[in-house]
Amino acid sequence: MADFDQELDARGLNCPLPILRAKKALNSIDSGKILKILSTDPGSVKDFEAFAKQTGNELLSSATVADEFHFFLKKS
Amino acid sequence: MSEKKLAIISTKGTLDWAYPPFILASTAAALGYETTIFFTFYGLQLLKKNLNLQVSPLGNPGMPMPMGMDKWFPVIGTAIPGMQSIMTSMMRKKMKDKGVASIEELRALCIEAEVRLIGCQMTIDLFDMKKEDFINEIELGGAATFFEYAGEADVSLFI
Repeated sequence: MADFDQELDARGLNCPLPILRAKKALNSIDSGKILKILSTDPGSVKDFEAFAKQTGNELLSSATVADEFHFFLKKS
Repeated sequence: MSEKKLAIISTKGTLDWAYPPFILASTAAALGYETTIFFTFYGLQLLKKNLNLQVSPLGNPGMPMPMGMDKWFPVIGTAIPGMQSIMTSMMRKKMKDKGVASIEELRALCIEAEVRLIGCQMTIDLFDMKKEDFINEIELGGAATFFEYAGEADVSLFI
């Protein structure tokens, strides 16, 4: 996964801020565009899966990179 | 996707218990829920313009104490004057260090996400609270106002 349209740095933030910031960022991009999110909150792995499932935005990938978590969300 | 509804009753006015209603409400709003929080009794403290929320170790054996204080500190020690403000500042620092949002921030996010905040009129009368001490975004109502909304809600929580 390399291509994305916008990046959100949520590192250092704890629940529920990564989700809330991601929601806000998604509001600012067009349907079909991809948002990349960087997080250090281990809880965000499950939370982004749940967020995608409930909002219909597609979680294209979820990866652990060193001590960070990287997510790619496609806006529905 | 049809919009789900969440109804929360918030009854506690301490720093620690201020978190669940605002975390759940802001997250629910982000997930597309229409959300209302009804604040009653001590929960009204969470709607003050100037928040001065405290946390107390008194009568709370579940609270993790720093430096093993719970091991050697007698229970009565938690009643020492000043203990509450010490614990409150320690808690605030810990939250900041761990990237946990402040209550002010979460409340602002709720307002931005159009979470309805209803203050209990009866509590305001009971404790002679002043409307001008509260943030402007609240509405006032009673039990029937809550049920008008909660009766249609998919999830209802009492916190």
